[in-house]
Amino acid sequence: MITDTLIAPFTDFEFMRRALAAVIALSLGAAPIGVFLMLRRMSLVGDAMAHAILPGAAIGFLISGLNLFAMTTGGLIAGFAVAILAGLVARNTELKEDASLATFYLVSLALGVTIVSVKGTNIDLLHVLFGNILAMDNQTLFVIAFNATVTLLVLAVIYRPLVIECVDPVFLRTVSRAGAPAHLAFLALVVVNLVNGFHALGTLLGVGLMILPAGIARFWSRDITGMICIAVLSAIASGYAGLVLSFQTGIPSGPAIILVAAVFYIISLLSGSCGGLVRQAFPGRHLEA
Amino acid sequence: MAAQITLRDVTLGYERHPAVHHLSGEVASGALLAVVGPNGAGKSTLFRGLAGILKPLSGSIDLDGLDNRDIAYLPQSVDIDRSFPISVFDFVGTGLWRQTGFFGGMGRRERDRITQALAAVGLNGFENRNIGTLSGGQMQRMLFARVLLQDARLIVLDEPFNAIDAKTSADLLLLVKRWHDEKRTVLAALHDFDLVRTSFPETLLLARGLVAWGPTAQVLTSENLTEARRMCEAFDDTAAACAVDARPSQAA
Repeated sequence: MITDTLIAPFTDFEFMRRALAAVIALSLGAAPIGVFLMLRRMSLVGDAMAHAILPGAAIGFLISGLNLFAMTTGGLIAGFAVAILAGLVARNTELKEDASLATFYLVSLALGVTIVSVKGTNIDLLHVLFGNILAMDNQTLFVIAFNATVTLLVLAVIYRPLVIECVDPVFLRTVSRAGAPAHLAFLALVVVNLVNGFHALGTLLGVGLMILPAGIARFWSRDITGMICIAVLSAIASGYAGLVLSFQTGIPSGPAIILVAAVFYIISLLSGSCGGLVRQAFPGRHLEA
Repeated sequence: MAAQITLRDVTLGYERHPAVHHLSGEVASGALLAVVGPNGAGKSTLFRGLAGILKPLSGSIDLDGLDNRDIAYLPQSVDIDRSFPISVFDFVGTGLWRQTGFFGGMGRRERDRITQALAAVGLNGFENRNIGTLSGGQMQRMLFARVLLQDARLIVLDEPFNAIDAKTSADLLLLVKRWHDEKRTVLAALHDFDLVRTSFPETLLLARGLVAWGPTAQVLTSENLTEARRMCEAFDDTAAACAVDARPSQAA
């Protein structure tokens, strides 16, 4: 019975196995990025970037149809352009990252919508907006796995300067010039993972596997290594449980995955060992020293 | 002794308004120099210039070939995200950047050095605490531990003893003296004249422009201090472009 519900879908159907593989690869890349976004108070930046890549992907789609390569390239170009422009403006002027990014992503969005309306719309575009993790072909699966691998490798390279820049940016500026490249590389990774996410969950929900696991992790660990591990694990768990839920009840897989993550988030919010609400309400007697 | 820092008619400022105006002079290698002056005199601006964060509007700063990594700069209002989940040990360890860089391992030797630095500032037992749990004084001790690890030829401390209790400032002052004994060049912005008189052989009195620079006893006179206080603090939005080519100045 339990086997039937939890394991059988994956042993019986290849598309479920592919979906599971995709969601695991996605989690490995997106969750650590999400943790850094959260720690830099940039969670909403992820969301804004998701809007920024949408037009690029849509343009790619309009030019060459449901072509994976064109859509990925379009999304990457739009995302990189917005991320790099916003990063440069924030570094070189008084405008902070959030304000400059908001400007550029709105321009990108407006540009995309204009182009789409000129070229005419298409029902298949919904596919782009909401993704379809249950229809992973080999090509898409490879792209997702490749992007996740690149993410982990690049993150390993820029990990140290990235952490120092989060904690003490002035110090990093005085000892090294790695701050700016590391920051831009990080923004690039955000874009790569959003593009990754849109193949599976669509441009609108793709950011979910970045942000929610990071929020969950914050309630269970006070240490960045621990946070990254917990975020990855909870992202994979949400992906798996969401796929099962979707398979058994027939609700769309993307929203199912994010809703499961939301349930984990609420549980963590209430009972997390680091600042969970229940723990806060009943902290126990104060200590001696 | 050779000059570690040579300032040649340096003007530093923000949006063309000078905060340090036509400053020239030399700091000898191994000097222990106090930089004093009222609020807004340009002490922090001068230090930002030395640390390479701010480019001079005119003039030049010659650091005798010192690399950025050879300068340890402790800013006044440290822009640290104290909610970031990093332990005191790891934070202080970033002071070893010069050795470790992106990838260098933290071996036994490095770990020992971090532990020693924490002991030197009296923070033993704090290794695994998150930086957010430290008090103001403990934070300053931790920052000194990082400066210690940076092992820099030039150390620039911007008001290091502000809002720090007597015990902590005495402990940290011992470190400053140790750095001086190790022939490092140390500059500190300070407001406590008694401390300057007892512990700093040389003083620069700054009030946007140079007021006096030399042996502490000759600089901290009442005439000089009055002169420094007369300086106007506010920028004048309608000020014309500065026409002065150079001001008479001093070399220590």
